[in-house]
Amino acid sequence: MTRGIADAHTQQHASSGRRGGRTRRPRDARVVTPRAGPCVGDRRRVFEVEVDRLMDRLYGTALRLARNRADAEDVVADALAKAWAGFDALQDLQSFEKWIFRILVNTFISEQRRRRARPVEERIDGDEELDRFSLFETVHQPFLLWWSNPEQQLLDRLLREDIEQALEALPEEFRVVVIMVEVSGFSYAEAAATLEIPIGTVRSRLSRGRAALQRALWQQASHLGIAVADARGVVR
Amino acid sequence: MSEHISCEDVIERLLEFLDQELDAGAQRAIAQHMEACRACFSRAEFERRLRTRVAETGEVSAPESLRRRVRAIIERY
Repeated sequence: MTRGIADAHTQQHASSGRRGGRTRRPRDARVVTPRAGPCVGDRRRVFEVEVDRLMDRLYGTALRLARNRADAEDVVADALAKAWAGFDALQDLQSFEKWIFRILVNTFISEQRRRRARPVEERIDGDEELDRFSLFETVHQPFLLWWSNPEQQLLDRLLREDIEQALEALPEEFRVVVIMVEVSGFSYAEAAATLEIPIGTVRSRLSRGRAALQRALWQQASHLGIAVADARGVVR
Repeated sequence: MSEHISCEDVIERLLEFLDQELDAGAQRAIAQHMEACRACFSRAEFERRLRTRVAETGEVSAPESLRRRVRAIIERY
């Protein structure tokens, strides 16, 4: 992030002028207010460089959150419209990355709330055993330690698609926290601040979400027949 | 001076250790435990690899249509 901002600063006065044109989606315009001032061009260049650098990760996070490409594009576009509208208020450019990911997650959550007349509770029932499920403990065979490694073989055999499906199957309140921490690199405190929940709740959701994710992966692996160990403990 | 911790303690705090969410003393104690305990080390390696696989699901190329849309938003104002 630092490098990107520094590069942008060295290119001051290199910004493009206003070229007009309108996007096809009126809601992009809804959240943006006109900007003015002598440094608009420089700020615009900084914003463009940073957004360009982060675009794939922003879209990747949005895709995991929204679970489909069209909604993910809307989330990114809306979030960046909000970010651009509020960019002047960002004092510390070093925090740009965290700032914009926070806006992305909040945009997704706001949109989910807007879509629901009544929030859908899709909690995993409190089952301590399920909440502590560990893929490692399920697969690991310590007596085979030196000549076989079933848990690593299982990971090798899981496709990216399998992991995406397991993530998508998580209840939203768990999925959001798991994606924030594991995909987007939020700290627990940052996730708590963004979601406006206590840090203990982040810990709890993360722990239960990870257990549910591992359980889903185990179920998928069992279903696909890639998690069955033979008599020698080799995963077939 | 680092605290002595058991394998059970390590497993209990492993995910927070991997997230680097523990205080410096606890991070150090678990790291030292890992150096001497193959079972905990193996489990930590498994969890690291799994979270790498999960993180990789966020590595997606944004479509050009989205980049154009965002450029239009920025250029309009």
